[in-house]
Amino acid sequence: MKLLRMLVRSIRDALKSVKRNFSLSLASISCITITLIIVSVAIMASFNVQNFTKEIEKDLTIVVFLDREVTDQEIDEIKEELDDIENIDSYEFQSRVEVKEEIQSQSDVFNAVLENWDDEESPLKDTFQIKVKDVEQIKHTADKIKAIKHVSVVRYGEGMVDKLVSAFDSIEKVTYIVVIALILVTVFLIINTIKLTIDNRKVSIGIMRVVGASNLAVKAPFVIEGMILGLLGSIIPIIFTTYGYLAFYNHFDGYLFSELIKLIKPEPFIYTTSGMIVIIGVLVGMIGSASAVRKYLKI
Amino acid sequence: MDLIRIKNVEKKYKNGVTAIYDLNLAIEKGAFVFVIGGSGSGKSTLIKMLYREEKPTKGQIIVGGLDVAKLRNSKVYRLRRKLGIVFQNYRLLEKQTVYENVAFALEVIGAPRDEIRQKVLKALEDVGLKNKIHNYPDQLSGGEQQRVAIARAIVNDPKLLLCDEPTGNLDPDMSMEIVKVLEEINNNRGTTIIMATHDRDIVDKMKKQVITLKDGRLVNFKKKGTYKNEVA
Repeated sequence: MKLLRMLVRSIRDALKSVKRNFSLSLASISCITITLIIVSVAIMASFNVQNFTKEIEKDLTIVVFLDREVTDQEIDEIKEELDDIENIDSYEFQSRVEVKEEIQSQSDVFNAVLENWDDEESPLKDTFQIKVKDVEQIKHTADKIKAIKHVSVVRYGEGMVDKLVSAFDSIEKVTYIVVIALILVTVFLIINTIKLTIDNRKVSIGIMRVVGASNLAVKAPFVIEGMILGLLGSIIPIIFTTYGYLAFYNHFDGYLFSELIKLIKPEPFIYTTSGMIVIIGVLVGMIGSASAVRKYLKI
Repeated sequence: MDLIRIKNVEKKYKNGVTAIYDLNLAIEKGAFVFVIGGSGSGKSTLIKMLYREEKPTKGQIIVGGLDVAKLRNSKVYRLRRKLGIVFQNYRLLEKQTVYENVAFALEVIGAPRDEIRQKVLKALEDVGLKNKIHNYPDQLSGGEQQRVAIARAIVNDPKLLLCDEPTGNLDPDMSMEIVKVLEEINNNRGTTIIMATHDRDIVDKMKKQVITLKDGRLVNFKKKGTYKNEVA
């Protein structure tokens, strides 16, 4: 009951202060708004990049071509060896007859050419299609497979995949750095805003401390004020996130540049992003004001 | 029984100045004590250490069973709720009425509304300002403003009232009026009162206990003291 009374009092004081120092509050709110918009773009970009990477990794396959004269028994031996390699998630054997049928089904031209080859003449080889657990180790795993007897060629789309994954990785890292830098700048701005409102209320804070208000009771109105600023500052970024991403998604029909890069579906993505924006806004406001209070009240 | 016990207390400020040297004192419950001395004698430092605005460098200060020197910053409020403090410059909130100023002290510690109303009216009655509860501080005289500050200090029924030169800004008549109010509080509520002052007339007329400090040292502690000859 006592806590509730003090909470109500703190909220009332905080709202009064936001209103009384309106131009100052507006400056903080605008700053939080701009930061959160950029943070929101960064969050959406980063999640999409993660999604692209995951999608690409999911499709990544090592294709192993075997020597032409390999026997069924030798194929079984190769399977045993593959079982021993830890990074292999699963594999699928495709005999050259099956490979031929698959290629034939894909195009009429191939169909016509392959039609004339009987099984003995066919240049096609028996293959294994292998999925790995950890894509980062794909090169190492491919090397191991290459060393197995009767394995002729190992392919996993080396160059392209490596470049794509490392590009995405860099994009992600840069967005993290930008987000953290922006959040820090905003925290400093909040500290300054709250510091000025503290200056305006030095007398009442002094009296509070003298009459035995607990540190929490002294701090609470300022911390709540910071949280209100954060909350107000996140309104426009939420609208931006929701409608902006929807428009972006619809404009590109869910794919960016090519079918390889698939965007995350707007629902529930926009809601979770909005939620994160509110939480970041409120937290930034809270942390900024709490550290301002600690610094300037020495409590 | 002693409300305050001070043992071997020394206070040295960060700038190297020592304000109090080896102070030993005991003050009884219900006493009315003047602390006198010239500028820089350590009066204010002593008062500030009693409400833990300053921490002693050495020694022990016990106020109402609380070891003040050992009190952590986050727990200081526990001590402050047992005390009332009155300053020379009143420290009232200009934009709030007399009633609101006094109520503020109870609101910030989370007291219920009914209790606040009852205690605030009683405190304002005790200082003779019940007819001015709706006035703002700038509509009151200096003496009245100080009485509001006293009401705010006693509203939570403290055991101890610390007054740091409460009559410093007032003319002799108003000063006497304030001390009379304090005496009534001392008599009626049994509140122990410690008042730092350099007002000669008041000390001489009141004939209360007098602690004399000089250059940070206790010179004298008399049961019924006067200002004469105590302060050089």
